[in-house]
Amino acid sequence: MEKDNLICITNLSFTRGKRIIFDDISLNIKRGKITAIMGPSGTGKTTLLQLIGGALKPDHGSIELNGDNVSKLSQSKLYQLRKRIGMLFQSGALFTNLSVFENVAFPLREHTQLSEELIRYLVLMKLQAVGLRGARHLMPSELSGGMSRRVALARAMVLDPELMMYDEPFTGQDPISMGVLVKLIKELNTALGMTSIIVSHDVPETASIADEIYVLSEGKIVGSGTPQLLATDNNPYVNQFMHGLPDGVVPFHYPADEYVLDVFGEEY
Amino acid sequence: MDNPKFKSDVNAHLTCQAQTIYAEGHWKTQTIATLSNNYQRQTYPSSEQVIFDMSKVEALDTAGLWLLSKIMHYLRQSDKKIMLQGLSEKQNLILEKLLSNDTEKPAVSKKLDFITRLGVQVEAVNKLVVSFIMFLGEISFYLFGWIKNIQSIRWKAVLSNIDSAGLQASGIVALLSFLIGLVLAYQVGAQLQSYGATIYVVDLLGLSLLREFAPLLTAIIVAGRSGSAFAAQIGTMKLNEEVDALKTLGVSPVEILVLPKVLGLLIALPLLTILASCFALLGGMVMSKMMLGISLIDFLARFGDVIKLKTLLLGEIKTPVFAIMISAIGCFQGFMVTNSAASVGRRTTISVVHSIFMIIVCDALFSIIFSALGV
Repeated sequence: MEKDNLICITNLSFTRGKRIIFDDISLNIKRGKITAIMGPSGTGKTTLLQLIGGALKPDHGSIELNGDNVSKLSQSKLYQLRKRIGMLFQSGALFTNLSVFENVAFPLREHTQLSEELIRYLVLMKLQAVGLRGARHLMPSELSGGMSRRVALARAMVLDPELMMYDEPFTGQDPISMGVLVKLIKELNTALGMTSIIVSHDVPETASIADEIYVLSEGKIVGSGTPQLLATDNNPYVNQFMHGLPDGVVPFHYPADEYVLDVFGEEY
Repeated sequence: MDNPKFKSDVNAHLTCQAQTIYAEGHWKTQTIATLSNNYQRQTYPSSEQVIFDMSKVEALDTAGLWLLSKIMHYLRQSDKKIMLQGLSEKQNLILEKLLSNDTEKPAVSKKLDFITRLGVQVEAVNKLVVSFIMFLGEISFYLFGWIKNIQSIRWKAVLSNIDSAGLQASGIVALLSFLIGLVLAYQVGAQLQSYGATIYVVDLLGLSLLREFAPLLTAIIVAGRSGSAFAAQIGTMKLNEEVDALKTLGVSPVEILVLPKVLGLLIALPLLTILASCFALLGGMVMSKMMLGISLIDFLARFGDVIKLKTLLLGEIKTPVFAIMISAIGCFQGFMVTNSAASVGRRTTISVVHSIFMIIVCDALFSIIFSALGV
């Protein structure tokens, strides 16, 4: 049991100001599998990734990665840990002053003493995997959104991490680059034996590659299981989310005062 | 043909005939603005019973009904009884809703009183100071790591910062210092001339320029030039998630972004200050020659007699403190940027204001310390 799970999250609670983001949730991320965390916008999916990466500390509960409690690690241990975690940001977050090649080479130069020749070999190999070997001399400003995300993917996995975390990898992609990314994530996971966590609200794409899905809503896990299982789930939250119904138990409106009071009130 | 949309008379307006108020024109969002601003200044029938006729209205929407409800409310306040005509059943329903809600105004006052605002400000300053001190601690921690292991210093980044914050600033620093020397010599010279003690201009210029003006002027120019650039650079990287990317790649943003800037400025600012001292004195010499007739040789001879090396060192000793203040405040404000482009601009401005403030405060502290030590 312990061996199957790379990450064990138990009784996690987290609040931001007065807003409860997570209310006593527990979940496990299985080693070597693709786990998707899904839920409507603003349910704290990205926050969960930040908690796993140790950028935020939980109020209660623990997050264990390979048996280490992430929130109890010292600063230097945390930096050690992060070398084993790859993270793909929504925007790509490439270093704008470095070329594509140097962006991918950056983690190698920071964390290893490898020779220039070997760095070149490794970088070109990773760029080949994402299909952008020919673009290595370009600067990030010359790339399209889909291309920067692929470069960022190459950079995130250049140190061969055990765990890859994808923050909304499919958002704002055209159908072709979306298809490319879906395929890449799946292939990399199998080829390199990584564990992957995908945070997303693109249901069909994520469901097509995930081994297991957790659906979050209002600080709770409302559904979990394989994509096939969730598609037929009876839970109204899960049903609304998986089938993209505009209004249901998840309200369309952001919480506000009574409409008429708001319109006729004096407060702006 | 005239497009009726652009006719002025489609604006919602009222005409009165005896006891009847006729509403005319288009009662829609785009055409009710005038009337909704001046309906209280319209002349209404003086009788107690009035008829409000909506049948001549050419177009009506919810905004028009809202205005109607406002007017009816206003008329009722002056004890008039209103007979409403010409609305369909559905429109009446909406109007009733609007009228029934008109009285339920939640009275909201969001303005804080002076004491509360003062408290909020004090709390904000308190938080800022505490987190800045923590930031200084973080810088010291990594700086110590660099000192322990000389090989880990990022010389390339340090040199590039010395170039951009030091070398490239040397022109403007030299020019402005020269002018300040010129101006100071002119002001002081005029006073000394009336006492016939013109040669003392050398003492005055030497002391004030080396000890105060050159370090202060240089620090303020660098704060405006480089402190703001630091804040903007880090702020933009923060917006672009590059700072987060560094963290997830296991690289400390403070170590890779802040430390080269601090070390670069620690090297560049003292050198710039010496350059500023030289050019300010040069300016002073030129003005002394022109106005007071003190030859360059006399000036330099006197300078060598009265100004000791100590004077220069007392000016130079302040510059590392200024350098740390400028670079730390610039970077700190850069990290404070939060998810909007406007925030980059605001933080950049704040970084310059705070650095100049701290430069002058530190300079005053140095003066107090020096006077206590009697140097």
